[in-house]
Amino acid sequence: MQLALSAEDQKFREEMRTFFTTEVSEDIRRTVIEGRELTKEQIVESQQTLNGAGLAVPHWPTEWGGRDWSDLQRHIWNEEMQRAGVPTPLAFNASMIGPVLAQFASQEMKERFLPRTANLDIWWSQGFSEPDAGSDLASLRTTAVRDGDDWVVNGQKTWTTLGQYGDWIFTLVRTDPDVKKQAGISMLLIDMTTPGLTVRPIELIDGGHEVNEVWFDDVRVPGENLVGELNSGWTIAKFLLGNERVGVAPVGTTKRVLARAKSLAGDRAAEPLTAARIADLENDLLALELTALRVVANSTDGEPHPASSVLKLRGTELQQAVSELMVDLAGPASIASGADGSSALEEWTHHTTPTYLNLRKASIYGGSNEIQRQIIARTILGL
Amino acid sequence: MDFTYDDEQDALRDAVRGLLTKAYGDFEQRRQTSKQDPGFSEKTWTQMAEMGLLGLPFAEDDGGVGAGPVEIAIVCHELGRVVAPEPYLHAVVLAGGLVAACGSAEQRGELLGSLAAGERLLAFAHDEPGSRWAPEATAVSATEDGGSWALTGTKEPVVQGARAETLVVSARLPDGGTGLFVVDGEACERTGYPTYDGGRAAKVVLDATAATPLGEPGRDLTASIATILDLGRIMAGNQALGAMEVALAQTTAYLKSRKQFGVPLSTFQALTFRAADMYVSLELATSVVQWATMVIETGDPVALHDAAARAGLQVSRAGRHVGQEAIQLHGGIGMTAEYAVGTYTSVLTMLEHLLGDGTHHLAALAGRVGEHEDLDPLAMT
Ligand SMILES: Cc1cc2nc3c(=O)[nH]c(=O)nc-3n(C[C@H](O)[C@H](O)[C@H](O)COP(=O)(O)OP(=O)(O)OC[C@H]3O[C@@H](n4cnc5c(N)ncnc54)[C@H](O)[C@@H]3O)c2cc1C
Repeated sequence: MQLALSAEDQKFREEMRTFFTTEVSEDIRRTVIEGRELTKEQIVESQQTLNGAGLAVPHWPTEWGGRDWSDLQRHIWNEEMQRAGVPTPLAFNASMIGPVLAQFASQEMKERFLPRTANLDIWWSQGFSEPDAGSDLASLRTTAVRDGDDWVVNGQKTWTTLGQYGDWIFTLVRTDPDVKKQAGISMLLIDMTTPGLTVRPIELIDGGHEVNEVWFDDVRVPGENLVGELNSGWTIAKFLLGNERVGVAPVGTTKRVLARAKSLAGDRAAEPLTAARIADLENDLLALELTALRVVANSTDGEPHPASSVLKLRGTELQQAVSELMVDLAGPASIASGADGSSALEEWTHHTTPTYLNLRKASIYGGSNEIQRQIIARTILGL
Repeated sequence: MDFTYDDEQDALRDAVRGLLTKAYGDFEQRRQTSKQDPGFSEKTWTQMAEMGLLGLPFAEDDGGVGAGPVEIAIVCHELGRVVAPEPYLHAVVLAGGLVAACGSAEQRGELLGSLAAGERLLAFAHDEPGSRWAPEATAVSATEDGGSWALTGTKEPVVQGARAETLVVSARLPDGGTGLFVVDGEACERTGYPTYDGGRAAKVVLDATAATPLGEPGRDLTASIATILDLGRIMAGNQALGAMEVALAQTTAYLKSRKQFGVPLSTFQALTFRAADMYVSLELATSVVQWATMVIETGDPVALHDAAARAGLQVSRAGRHVGQEAIQLHGGIGMTAEYAVGTYTSVLTMLEHLLGDGTHHLAALAGRVGEHEDLDPLAMT
């Protein structure tokens, strides 16, 4: 056992910190730190700055831009990025479809997509969930039927995050209706400008528009857009969802928000109950961060550690708890969610409740917290 | 001790439920209503006036009905059940309550009569930037010149402050203490905006704005404000009970109808137990809120103050538990604006932060634990 970072890792950490706090636009970082919404252009700009320095996809294979870092270095990279208020590279690109293509796609497909995916020249959307296939993803019904060289896709996806910005969507489709449900699924890449594809907004409870329905009405997709083997979509999805869970606990971000909450609270942070609540949250976050470190220090060859479900479960709970604290710190000012620049209330207070309401999603998506408990119970505890 | 309604109270509940079910039984109507200013239905407000609901707490001489707290609680409970956006709590319970408690006979007749008739909306302009549920005003001050009063300073957020014809404004008095004033809405600079629960609030700027003292000029009314805020907490609690009841009912219905893995979600014990825990929270909150409602009837402000904090704490805890779980057990659909359950959670969050969150009440109660050996709810009369 050893507590301190090695001199090399320490130096690495300094480098990351310096880069993130000096090279990424101040304006973008302030938007993140103040809890305001990023524009598409800001997200793209930030990722391109990172990619230019080889910092957007360090976990990919080296030939596609990866850095061959240790898991600890990757962890440090991720934490420092969050702490500095740098938007993490678009998860759909960097954590989901990128690693999938690198692992399962043909050489031609890799060349076609990976560089543009790393640089966010293509904005990817995730088209997995359907109205009747949420936690039970394998029951999805969107079909792809072969017609000559093409696939013809029909059906509906839902909850497609930021689909309004999407250039391409990676989907799970049913290619064989006659076998066990997991066995008849394939992964298709679909250009979102293809005729027959419609994106419709869904309004969420915070008033924002971040998710969409995506409808496929006889959408023709070239045969070559199939990822990996026919009917191997479930294996690919499990690989992708495993990656999604790693790094899903936004420890760095939650720490940053909690530190900000303390400074905004001013004297009130010293009131016994508020102080106790903050101390409790800080301790829970410490436990989570140390668990993350234990997990990265022990993970074997990039295989998700089974305890990554702990990170997702607790990480999202703490993220939600800190957002709840922010509402309480804002007090009655938290009511004024729709106030504009002319408001006499401090600007940060306006965002607190919409953010709190919006973050209820964190324990639902990416494998809900109930599904994480089930993974812990089954896979780890053998129940 | 009796927690049940009598026949008349049952009849009132049925009548109010009938009216509100027609207005908002279909959640989409609520959603459309809150999209347009003023965020509530003028028609429903008028119907509530016609039914006598807007004058319920006020004396008959003042144009009211002279009903007690249980009746008002029944109305609040029903408003909560359909998350009605009508500003009953603000206009009738808080602003109207202050006029009834502190106004001159003339003011009561004029303001409460027109409020009860649905002709005049009152708003209570009390919150100030930086204030936290205290009964005192600090940022707005009152000055007197030859018997004329004027107010200067900013009130925000003021629920329905932009729509109200008349504002009841709290202000720091020249000789200290907090007074209450009646201000014509048109006389102030008002910036209205929507709030996350679909309601409306405003920034109200007073700049040597003419104001009429409520009741006897120059009197410190901090204690009256404190009492009305406590009453408001308990009525907000009743509204929250209605919202929690329906959020729970929607959740149990959803667990029975939603299928995943080929079976209804209600076959997963992990989920049904959580619904059971929501029910436990709701029942406990119901007990404390109903008890607190009966404490109002005793007319003892000290007992009321204590009961309001206890109800506030219980409702805060229960509201967060029920609201958060309602969304979680619905999964993604619970996050959408079109589906009701998220709005129930928003409204529960709003009701709590209007009048004091759980930490606020817990801190007050914690400061008083040394004052009693045990708590005897039956002795608080
Ligand atoms: C804001 C947001 C963004 C999203 N973005 C995307 C996206 O970009 N792309 C995409 O494909 N999907 C996305 N999703 C979809 C997300 O992955 C699903 O919402 C999630 O899988 C849950 O499915 P569901 O909503 O159908 O809930 P359901 O599966 O119906 O679940 C309802 C409740 O039951 C619980 N439950 C279900 N099954 C069990 C069980 N067996 N045991 C115990 N409890 C159970 C759930 O945990 C939940 O609490 C997003 C969702 C949200 C809310």
